[in-house]
Order: sequence, then structure tokens, then C-alpha cells
Amino acid sequence: MEHKASVLENLADVRAMIKRHKRNDSVFAVIGLICLMLGLITLMLLFWQLIADGYPKFTLDFLSEFPSRRAGKAGLLSAWVGSVLVMTVTFITAVPVGVAAGLYLEEYAPKNWFTDLIEINVSNLAGVPSIIYGLLALGLFVYILDFGQSILTAGLTLGLLILPIVIVSTREAIRAIPVSIREAAYGVGATKWQVVYDHVFKYSYGGILTGIIIGMARALGETAPIITIGALTFIAFLPPSPITMEPPFLNFEWLSSGFTVMPIQMFNWLSRPDHAFHINAAATGALIIVVTLLMNGTAIWLRYRIRKNIKW
Amino acid sequence: MATQLMQAPVQLTISPRLAKNIRRNVKERVIELILMLAALVAVATTFAIVGILLYESLSFFKTVSVIDFFTDTQWTPLFEDAHYGIMPLVSGTLTTSAIALAVAVPIGTITAIFLSEFASHKTRETIKPILELLVGVPTVVFGYFALFFVTPMLQKIYPDLPSFNMLGAGIVMGVMIIPYIASLSEDAMRAVPMSMREGSYAMGATRFQTALKVVTPAAVSGIVAAYILAISRAVGETMVVAIAAGQQPNLTFNPVDSAATITAYIVQVAMGDLPHGSVGYQSIFAAGLVLMIMTLSFNVIGHWVRKKYRESY
Repeated sequence: MEHKASVLENLADVRAMIKRHKRNDSVFAVIGLICLMLGLITLMLLFWQLIADGYPKFTLDFLSEFPSRRAGKAGLLSAWVGSVLVMTVTFITAVPVGVAAGLYLEEYAPKNWFTDLIEINVSNLAGVPSIIYGLLALGLFVYILDFGQSILTAGLTLGLLILPIVIVSTREAIRAIPVSIREAAYGVGATKWQVVYDHVFKYSYGGILTGIIIGMARALGETAPIITIGALTFIAFLPPSPITMEPPFLNFEWLSSGFTVMPIQMFNWLSRPDHAFHINAAATGALIIVVTLLMNGTAIWLRYRIRKNIKW
Repeated sequence: MATQLMQAPVQLTISPRLAKNIRRNVKERVIELILMLAALVAVATTFAIVGILLYESLSFFKTVSVIDFFTDTQWTPLFEDAHYGIMPLVSGTLTTSAIALAVAVPIGTITAIFLSEFASHKTRETIKPILELLVGVPTVVFGYFALFFVTPMLQKIYPDLPSFNMLGAGIVMGVMIIPYIASLSEDAMRAVPMSMREGSYAMGATRFQTALKVVTPAAVSGIVAAYILAISRAVGETMVVAIAAGQQPNLTFNPVDSAATITAYIVQVAMGDLPHGSVGYQSIFAAGLVLMIMTLSFNVIGHWVRKKYRESY
């Protein structure tokens, strides 16, 4: 105490101390800014690297050719078609189930142990590594349900994987709707479902869409679970077309077809020793990253707009 | 409230209005049931995951003793002389995760402090979406980055580095986790009430002193929970290590060695067509079970820390 008092008596020392602390402040601000920029710089470096390496393959031929044993001729056709088909199955399964589960948990579920059990499960599933979903799919879909290593298996697997994302974002979007809206609807005699569907669901549509887009972007880039189900990596054919010329115009054979998707094709090219294939991998990576960044960017922009525009 | 209205007594002579009411009632119940079934999919998924992993692992442990599984120092299920010791895979997993955390924890925490305490509102609103974009980059792309950018760069500094190594993979994994730690820790710091900062400023503290001695201690439960959840992510990460760390199980904690992680092993086996029901096939489920237990315990500890040590103001 005495020591401190004597320091404070000396004005010059105090000024030096203040100066030192202010300097620490600005030094830390600079360090903080550098750390912050690291993430940004990495993202740009990564993007630049992929574009620089994959540049020779940025042609339309790359999208219209099948994979080949010759790197120069190899293309992405079966991979991007596979990605689109798998994502279709994922969308059709995960979105209705996820939104319905979100509506149930937020609007219907009573407060009891059963609801707690569901909620704990949803938050746990969000933390399960994606490769574990691959093992589930391998054991359950491929062998027990005998779907084989098909588009259906992959789509369902990714559907389960993004289910927690869809559920959580649906719940968050619904929670933002004020109680007064529900009370007004009940007040004019609406039933529970009329309130939930015509008001709660429709007003939270934008927020739900944000979650769906983020989930689909995640599904598009997921590699590990699809490798685990044993998806073939050399596919030089297209699945049967979903639309036919004869009635009933829809054909579901494609669901059980073998397939490859873009991240798998990239991994396949990456693991070859020949450098020519690495160029293909880089071009594929650039395409995947552009699509996922566009999807995530749309979602973030959407969320920002919703937050800004809606004032209840 | 609505259900009370709908449960109006139904008389034997049903008027057209009441008949409509019954139809409505049934429809409401059916819809509620459908929505509940959708929510139950989450529970079913968890049970299916645990069920499949346990079922296949039990068959695996009929051929391999549990003691061997935890004490054998070799993991060579695909060789003539098969050894089933999980430790080499665990050591690879822990080493890559430790490198990732060594990168992500300091940078992530400093980023969080900067965003929460130093940055202007406008900077924060611009930077946070960019961090979110970084989270959305597929991991296979990061694998490419580790193999063809980070490792060659490291080889310039340390020429003996093999082209598949845990160091490069770990560093890239760390970069992947930074936004995760930064965003969760920032949320925790923003939850600290303004009055505490104002009290500190009133005593003459600088922003740095306030951040370090007032805000960080108050938010420590959230920050630690962020670290633990980040560990769980690093342990379960697959593509970066499968591409850049090598696929040879190797009982080592040396970051410049090449080694396989649990996830890389699962990928490796799944790529080479193993017959369904063989010990090699079952071994990936046993490895998956170990992985699941590791990540699950980290997740549970993380949630527990956040709940138990949360300071409430």
C-alpha cells in the first residue's frame, strides 16, 4: 500500500503508466485485427489457390465429359448430375420432416420428459461427426434395408445429417413470432393448426428458408458419409432419367442407381499420384466452393434482410 | 386455449355445425400426431446410430478381446498378421486435434475479444457473416489446401517433412475451427452486461484491461464450452486428415510424422470394398463407437460446463 502511494505521488510515473496501458491497448487492437484477418486471408488464399490450379479446366467441356482414365479428357458430368439427384432426395426428405419437427417442438409439445428427450436428441445429433452418419447408413440403409449403394441411400443419409440444422433454424424462426399474433388468430376462432400454418409458419418462412439453404449447402459439400456407404468413385454413366416421354412421365429407377457426387470425385482425383488429376480436383473444388459460398451468402443475406425489415 | 374451445360437448343429435366441429377436431389431432412423428425421427436416428454401432461392435469383440483392443500398439486389420489395437488411431486423432486447438484457441479467442470489445458495430456486422461463410466451406476443399499449399510451405521451413503429415493437416483443421471458437466465445462475451464494463471504465481501466480482467472472467464458462465443443469437432473431422495426414496407423505423438486418425481409417476401409460381415468390416464400427464416445463425452462436458458455470446477472 505504502509503495503504491509513493508511486502515485510521482506524477511522471503515473503518466508513464497511463501511456504504457494505452500502448498495450493499441498493441492488442492491432494483434486482434491481424487474428481477425487471418480467417479472411485464409479463405481468399484457398480460393485463389483453387482458381490458379484449376484454371486450365474452366471450360464447358469439363462439365459435359465423363470421368476418364486420362486426366486431360476427364470431366464432371456424372458427378454434378449425381450431386443434383442426391440433393433432391435430401431436400424432399429433410425439409418436410425438419420443419414439421420444428413446428411440433415449438408450438405443440407439452413440457414433459418426452419433449425433453426429443430436444436432447436434436442437440446431440447436431454434434455427431458426419462420418458416424455414414456408418449408420452403411449398417442400416445399405445392408439391413437393402437400398444398396444408391442415390436413395446417399440422399437419406444427408437428409438425416442436416435434419438438426433444419429443426433448429425452424424453431429459431418461429420463436421470433410474437404471442400476440397467435392470440389474435385464436381470438377470431382459428383452430391450432390454422394458427400454426396460416400465421406462424407463413410469417417465419424466410427464417426457415435460411436454415434450409445452409443445410443444403452443408449436404452438397459433405464427403465422409458418402464415402463410408461405399459409393463407387469411378462412374462413367448417368442414372436413368427421372422424367420419361411415356406416361406416367416419372421414373424412379434413378433412386437405386449407382452414383458419384462432386466432393467424392474431387477426393478421388486428389488421391491419385498423377499431378494432371490434381488440376481436375482444383477445378472441382473451385466449383464446389463457388456454389456453397453462393448458397451460404444468400442465406446470410436473407437473414440480414429479415432482421432489418420485420418489426413486430 | 384452442383445445378447450374445440372440446365442446357433443350431443347425440348432431347439428351440421357440430359435425363440422368433429371433423375439425379429428383433423387437428391427426396433424398433431404427424408433426410428433416427424419430431420422433430425431430420437429414432439417435437410437439407430447407437444400435448399429453397438451391434456391429459386439460381433467385432467376439473375435477381438477388449484388452487387446486397448493395449495392442498396432492396428493392422487388413494385413495377414492382424492386430487390433485402437491406440495408434487414438494417438493420431489426439495429435491432429491438439495441433488444431493450438492454432484455433489463441487466434479464436483473440478474435472474439477483438470483435466483442474493440471492433465498432459496423466492423462486427461485416466480419461475422464472413466468419460464417468460412464455416460453410466444405472440408474436402480444406484437405486440398492442406496437401498442396500448407504442407509445401512447411517443407520449405522444415525440409524433412513427409508430404503426408499431421502438422499440416492439424494447422488447416485449426483454421477451420477458428470461426467456430470465435463466434461461440463472442456470444458469451456479448452476454456480459454493459454495466460491468462501464464500472471498469469508470475506475480508469483501458479497454484491454477491461476485456482481460472483467469481461473474459465473467464469460469464462461460455469460452471454455466453446473450446470443448471445438475439440469434439476436431476429433470428428474426417476429410482433412484423410487427405493430408496419411493413412498409415502409427503410434506416435510427433506432429511431423504421418499417421492415420480414427476417421481416416474408416474412410480408408470404406473405399476398399470389404465383404459385409468380415472382421475388417466390423472393425470400422468399433472404431466409430470409440469416436462416438469421445465426441459425445466432449459435447456433454461442454453443455454441462456452460450450464453449470454460467454467471447470471
